[in-house]
Amino acid sequence: MAQITLIQAVTQALAWEMAHDDSVVVLGEDVGVNGGVFRATQGLSEKFGEWRVIDTPLDETTIAGVTVGLATQGIKAIAEAQFEGFIYPMMEQIACHAARMRNRTRGRITVPAVFRAPWGGGIHAPEHHSEANEHLFTNIPGLRVVLPSSPARAYGLLLAAIRDPDPVVFFEPKRIYRQYKEEVPDDGEALPLDVCFVLRDGTDVTLVTWGAQVKECLEAADELAGEGISAEVIDVATLTPLDFDTIAESVHKTGRCVVVHEAPKTAGFGAEIAARLAEECLYDLLAPVERVTGYDVHIPLYRLETKYLPSTERVVTAAKRTLAAS
Amino acid sequence: MTIAAKFEIEYLQYVDATGKQVRKDLPKFAQDLEYMVKLYKLMVSTRVFDAKSIALQRTGKLGTYASCLGHEAAHVGLGSAMLPEDLLAVSYREYGAQLYRGVQPREVYMYWGGDERGNDYQNEPARHDFAWAVPIATQCLHAAGAALAFKIRGEKRVAVCTIGDGGSSKGDFMAALNITGARNLPLVAVIVNNQWAISVPRKIQSGGPTLAQKGIAAGLFCIQVDGNDIIAVRKAVGDALDRARNGEGGSVIEAVTYRLGDHTTADDARRYRGEEEVKEAWAREPMIRMRKWLEDKGAWDDAKETAWKAECDEWMDKEVDAYLETQPQPVSAMFDYLYAEVPADLEKQRSYALSLEAQAH
Repeated sequence: MAQITLIQAVTQALAWEMAHDDSVVVLGEDVGVNGGVFRATQGLSEKFGEWRVIDTPLDETTIAGVTVGLATQGIKAIAEAQFEGFIYPMMEQIACHAARMRNRTRGRITVPAVFRAPWGGGIHAPEHHSEANEHLFTNIPGLRVVLPSSPARAYGLLLAAIRDPDPVVFFEPKRIYRQYKEEVPDDGEALPLDVCFVLRDGTDVTLVTWGAQVKECLEAADELAGEGISAEVIDVATLTPLDFDTIAESVHKTGRCVVVHEAPKTAGFGAEIAARLAEECLYDLLAPVERVTGYDVHIPLYRLETKYLPSTERVVTAAKRTLAAS
Repeated sequence: MTIAAKFEIEYLQYVDATGKQVRKDLPKFAQDLEYMVKLYKLMVSTRVFDAKSIALQRTGKLGTYASCLGHEAAHVGLGSAMLPEDLLAVSYREYGAQLYRGVQPREVYMYWGGDERGNDYQNEPARHDFAWAVPIATQCLHAAGAALAFKIRGEKRVAVCTIGDGGSSKGDFMAALNITGARNLPLVAVIVNNQWAISVPRKIQSGGPTLAQKGIAAGLFCIQVDGNDIIAVRKAVGDALDRARNGEGGSVIEAVTYRLGDHTTADDARRYRGEEEVKEAWAREPMIRMRKWLEDKGAWDDAKETAWKAECDEWMDKEVDAYLETQPQPVSAMFDYLYAEVPADLEKQRSYALSLEAQAH
């Protein structure tokens, strides 16, 4: 079985679903012959033709609005925003229509669409190519916001997102698009949405994260283990609707929690997790919840971006602080 | 001099403001007086419906309402040109078209009366049309997406979107025209130019002599029509639908009309436009000319007008009763239609909201 990268897993999932469901259509800028700027749609145009792998005019509003229209007509439309920094013109269509259509019409019209976008920093890209803006979507009712963190989860969660009867914003951590390979059987098996994945069991502290930061958290857990500290690592995967129960169970066991994310700190999604822990798990906590996040600044251009992104060291330090507190 | 491109925009009118027929080449549908009476009757019922809506709002029985007074020819004209299998994407005041396609007055009242069930149109073909889209021009791209779906599946259907003169300034409108031209989509865009976008007049929206010509840039067929002449609207939209259905491209039709009422019941147009202008517009409104035209042909008279208006009144009274008798949705309804199934995390909030209800009773 072939070992594949995260970006190849995305392509594999798209190809599987397009081969097995004629109603699946991909659209965006450069998704056709060029196969997408990250090659997510490589080979799909040759296989499925220009009316299922659709190059759109260069306008994100067009992509999003047409995607909503397609989805209402029973086409499972998968839109690609070339980078998450270019998703803003799509937000009106996502917030005002994709997320509301079912509710607005009492179920008469639905939008089974996926809005994919490469997400996050760390690839030395120009301005607007490195944002972490998932928190702008997690506050919109009616959406699912999903972030895979490995090739296998990218494959399984993207299949689930395409099959979901409601709109999904699917952010792909581009920093780990080609970071490593793993075996991902091309069997069409989806992974569940709306659940967190416990990637590593531990007893002393819970590290909660998503997307590319899963890597730093797993590294931090290794480092902490070397010092006799047992860290549990949770990949949230579906930010909304949140599987808070898995996080609460873990914190009930460990009594300590560090939330790690790349987006700015204030009103980032980590704030929601910290607030929920304060509301529902305060008496399980042995130490204040720590947040290791981006700063409340724009992610700098690439000479400084590593100073912005949460590092393994910052995660380790925060975890140790929670242990020092109790 | 080498010309890279040139264009002209035709203006179409069959019946002028006085009811005089200005062209001899009446379209086939307009030669059928029985059919024309049917269209005129729907224009009348639309106006009766509109007056009833405003009365409901003024007596506190309806929320903010956007009147369609003066748009009857444009709306009924475009709605009646469509086939049932076509798809309509409206903004929020195209009741004449929607009533033609089966939307019930009670559903309009429910929507403006604060109940989402008003968007759950029960009758076909309205049932497969889009619901009202309040964010300006966003519906044009939904229509383009639907048109793309028809094209992908090889269906001979056309998506029709409507937009105001103000809405034609939005990027979404231009974007919809652009992809329609680029991909030869079966889409017909009707600009209902009623001269006013709330308080901003038509001339502030664009420096172009017509709004129809916006489609030229996208490679579409464009025409301006007298939007108060239902024959002109019905003919132009019908031709555009035929072209789109046959894969011959999309169209933009600018129906020039006038918003005789306020923008909505929350607006007071006297703040920004003169009485004289409105008075002049009343002389061009769509009902008088069509009634005159039908009467000249012996197809309509005072007695028929009175009888039909009475019938419309009775119909609207029944619709109003049905609306007023509708009980509010249960609190659970705000949770139950957000996703196909209520997610576990949301179920916690749903249960809490329901428990508050139980306590209150």
